[in-house]
Amino acid sequence: MIIQQLSIFVQNKIGRFTEVTNILGQAGVNMEAFTVSENSDFGILRLIVDDTQRAVDALRAANFAVNITDVVCLDCADTPGSIAPFMNILSREGVSIEYMYAFTMGDRSRIVIRTDDLERCDRLISE
Amino acid sequence: MIWNPEKECASREELHRLQSERLVNIVKYTYDNVKFYHERMDACGVKPSDIRSIDDIGMLPFMTKQDLRDYYPTETFAAPMSEIVRFHASSGTTGKPIVAGYTRNDLDNWSEGVARCLTAYGLSKHDIIQISYGYGLFTGGLGAHEGATKVGCSVLPASSGNTSKQLLLMKDLGVTALCCTPSYALFLAESLHSTPGFSPDQMNLKVGIFGAEPWSENMRAELEDKLGIKAYDIYGLTEVSGPGVGGECEYQDGTHIWEDMFYPEIIDPNTCRPLDYGQTGELVFTTLLKEGMPVIRYRTRDLTHLNADRCRCGRTMVRMGKIMGRTDDMLIVRGVNVFPSQIESVILEFAECSGQYLITIDRINNNDTFQLDLELRPDCYSDNMSRMENLKKEIVGRLASVIGLKCDLHIVEPGNIERSCGKAKHVADLRKI
Repeated sequence: MIIQQLSIFVQNKIGRFTEVTNILGQAGVNMEAFTVSENSDFGILRLIVDDTQRAVDALRAANFAVNITDVVCLDCADTPGSIAPFMNILSREGVSIEYMYAFTMGDRSRIVIRTDDLERCDRLISE
Repeated sequence: MIWNPEKECASREELHRLQSERLVNIVKYTYDNVKFYHERMDACGVKPSDIRSIDDIGMLPFMTKQDLRDYYPTETFAAPMSEIVRFHASSGTTGKPIVAGYTRNDLDNWSEGVARCLTAYGLSKHDIIQISYGYGLFTGGLGAHEGATKVGCSVLPASSGNTSKQLLLMKDLGVTALCCTPSYALFLAESLHSTPGFSPDQMNLKVGIFGAEPWSENMRAELEDKLGIKAYDIYGLTEVSGPGVGGECEYQDGTHIWEDMFYPEIIDPNTCRPLDYGQTGELVFTTLLKEGMPVIRYRTRDLTHLNADRCRCGRTMVRMGKIMGRTDDMLIVRGVNVFPSQIESVILEFAECSGQYLITIDRINNNDTFQLDLELRPDCYSDNMSRMENLKKEIVGRLASVIGLKCDLHIVEPGNIERSCGKAKHVADLRKI
């Protein structure tokens, strides 16, 4: 399934992530998953939330550089060996992954994948 | 000692006569050979025959850095290319440098100016001079080199960089004079104190010759103390020739301008009217002998004053005060001339940039730091880390190729750079010089 992710550019500065959480909290947006990719002077905060548009509006109003990125969300059982078959398909088909991260919800695992060809990636793992 | 007492100590009357004769010649020569200046004089209704003495100089139109850019690369040259034996180049605003061309006579006169300076600092053929200015397009290295060669010094063309080798050769050769930018001299001085195996008492240094960037009396005191030298200012600019347009004497009380070759005026930068000795205004030069690229009433944008009082050293040549600032926004960073507009034009080449930026110049451990904070268009903050890092690298690389300096670039969040209601503030120069 292709879903929307928030990508927020944040400078490496104490309290910057705190601000993001405060703004989303006040806007009544629930965060389902997030990850941070960083270098020495800035980070890219990637978030999956329950109401993407409301989150974007609230963050933009506070001057954050936030953009929506489409990502593939893979849903599989939270058991040993569940992810491997999917990964085998992707590598066999030559799908190159830009980044990915995972979280669990109850007995299910969700894996967020960003690739250069989302449609194809989504099709491959759905089959 | 005085290198050329006949010129340097000429009576003011004799100097006036010489300047007048040379001005008449250079104006005619430039009028005949440089099309744009010919047209400019015509537009002002001035003919070469109207110029009979140096007192008539006020009738002549000015030249500016913009002219040298507009007529890039060689349209301001007066001599044919077959007579040009050297080029130098300094940075310009739009990525195009300003190119200077020199004939053999120009190089001789330039090194004459440097030789006068070095002699005034007490150097002679018995000195070993280490030239740690950059060699190349920059006039510092080769300019100082030829002047020192003329004096007969033993010249060590160290150029800049490789500090430990600089110190090793300075020690082992018994170098007596160091010539470089004052900030590099301070860096060398600190390295001398902090590098194991080196100490100031191993050195035989007596004299420091520093220029190409502004420096203060405090910096002079620090350099003299740390290196055990007397530190002297050498002044010059590529458009006029290079280092050695003037220099201090043993009294370190103003920079003597070799005005038999480079005629200085001070003008009010707003009205362009000449100002008297002692009044601070914009420094203007006329090259009385240049053949390759003569400049007439060239506006340097440097703010200073001239002092015509007779100096205790016996030289009659006017003395220039410290440069008090600029009439434009030019910055000198690590000896390199930088215009914020150059930086802006590079930034605007990148569609990702919003045009909001802040240049921060500081001096940390005696080295100029050059930081650039940059905002992107809100939709250009990519989710892709490597794309962001590549963008950063591209901008740093492009800037380095245009202005010749590597900056410490920070991409910052939108709205992070302070907005101002009036003229945008793009530069914070935190150096205390």
